[in-house]
Amino acid sequence: MTNYFARRLAGTVPVLLLISLLVFLLIHAAPGDPTLLLLGEETNAAEVAKAKERWGLDQPLYVQYLKFLKSAAAGDFGRSFKYTEPVARVIMTRLPATIELAIFAIIIATLLAIPLGVWAGAKPNSWIDNLGTSFGLFGISMPSFWLAIMLILLLAGVLNILPTSGRSTYGIAGPEQTGFYILDSILQKNWRAVWDALTHIFLPALALGVNMLGILMRVTRSSILEVMTEDYIQTARAKGLRENRVIWRHVTRNALIPVITVVGLELGTLLSGSIIVETVFAWPGSGSLLITALNARDYPLVTGVVMTYTLAFVSINLIIDVLYAVVDPRIRY
Amino acid sequence: MQSLTLESATEERGGARLRKLPRLHVKAFTGGLIVLTFILVGAFGPALAPHDPNKQELTAMMKAPQGIGAVHALGTDNLGRDIFSRVIYGTRISLLIAFAVVFVSGFIGVTLGAISGYFGGKIDFIIQKLVEVVWAFPPLLLGITIMAFLGQGLFNLILALVAQRWIPYCRVVRGQTLSLRSRDFVIAAQCLGAGNRQIITRHILPNLIQTSLVIGTFAMASSIIAEASLSFLGVGVPPEIPTWGTMLADARIYISTSWWMPLFPGLCIFITVLGINLLGDGLRDLLDPRLKRTGSGL
Repeated sequence: MTNYFARRLAGTVPVLLLISLLVFLLIHAAPGDPTLLLLGEETNAAEVAKAKERWGLDQPLYVQYLKFLKSAAAGDFGRSFKYTEPVARVIMTRLPATIELAIFAIIIATLLAIPLGVWAGAKPNSWIDNLGTSFGLFGISMPSFWLAIMLILLLAGVLNILPTSGRSTYGIAGPEQTGFYILDSILQKNWRAVWDALTHIFLPALALGVNMLGILMRVTRSSILEVMTEDYIQTARAKGLRENRVIWRHVTRNALIPVITVVGLELGTLLSGSIIVETVFAWPGSGSLLITALNARDYPLVTGVVMTYTLAFVSINLIIDVLYAVVDPRIRY
Repeated sequence: MQSLTLESATEERGGARLRKLPRLHVKAFTGGLIVLTFILVGAFGPALAPHDPNKQELTAMMKAPQGIGAVHALGTDNLGRDIFSRVIYGTRISLLIAFAVVFVSGFIGVTLGAISGYFGGKIDFIIQKLVEVVWAFPPLLLGITIMAFLGQGLFNLILALVAQRWIPYCRVVRGQTLSLRSRDFVIAAQCLGAGNRQIITRHILPNLIQTSLVIGTFAMASSIIAEASLSFLGVGVPPEIPTWGTMLADARIYISTSWWMPLFPGLCIFITVLGINLLGDGLRDLLDPRLKRTGSGL
């Protein structure tokens, strides 16, 4: 087991190296000189040269890459042009918001998708199956950012019951401890702030989770259908167990293994989705930070966010693979 | 006795197939009909659109939908441009981009997958490493990164969307080629002196068409959504070209005042993608039941 984990871990190193090279080259292939953009049009050659020297932009490309790699390995992506703070610190202040949003999206998706998928799979071609299948199809076909816009339009604009931007109402939340507003408010026993944060997170999380909901529902259903034909299910029925117990105890337990993998795989999609959903809801997470950084041509910050997302994606896939091996003893490692 | 059970078993399976077929056809048929409608709208766009999609009418800004038969059936946007005409032209461009992405990524993916699976060894290793690296990027993020650094434009956008979309083709095709190349008809062709190239193009590729078709529908759906997402974020199609994504981007700041601006382009994306997914599900069930298509991945 340890061996398998070590091998998988070692395998991700060249992948990360190549990705960092790709990002680095892309940045340098970009048209437009960041120095000019930052210093503005009213500048002279001496100032440009000084700025280039300060940011190390005057050195040959491979030296810049090696320097970048060396500091990136230590988690240092340099200083953000826009915020004039270390990139790592800027990202760290935004990351909790994105993680909080992603967790809620997953909770909403799994809480709805798994029961619906199990129910639909257990009774193929029934009304609940048709409803569930249509629901799944809607979920995978829905552009999450359009759903976000429509939710704002309907629930916030017309019915005016939920807030549509930001993480909390100004003045309600207490001081930040972990950066996770809901957790912070619970720790401070500030129940009004908990409720406030929950109302803020609901719409973005729903919009972000809708694709995952559709996919999970479809995977759960087909996995249940597959397990239902196994011999041990016949045995369980032959023992005289009630159908409900057979479905939830025997079928669901075995059917959930592929579902775990899909949750993991979809986390990456969820991360990407957060970029666009955060932008729509003005959610101050790392996704909307990326768009801000892109518009400002803040290259260190863009690199930092892209590398953070990629690292998260690669780690999640690694963890899921290992978890999969733990859950399913038939997988040899 | 044994032959009897066998016979009844096949009969039962045939019966189940027959019972199942009409339902599957309904799915594929509905999906196909939706997709065909949009393709026709896109193809005959210029003849169908009542107005020039880019003509600004400053006297008719932000008009609410007036209904079928009126001057601006679906209303006008913040610059007084006719939304119905823009949606029609948007269909044309969004579908063109999606088709281009599907064909280019299909070509690259199937070619690399077939080479990887057929030859194996070093070339297989290199291609699979490439697949691994490109796949390690969270979807959409690679597209955003490429577009951000190369700049807006149709060509760059297609490139950015192809960047990851060839991977599913490559993976599945490689696996299938691996199993095909040890099949009797390939060995027979080899014995008869056929070259590698002939075997791949004549004997292997034709067997990969059905699977690729199913993956293609999937890539099409994801391309449409990705194009809209990138254009919405301002890193896709240049804003002056009407697509569903740029229309949504224009609508963003007018959500609270003009609901029709975001509603119609988004509805087009949703219905088209729904149609493609229905068609894909139907095709999968009809052609290749082994292929699991959950809508995961890109």
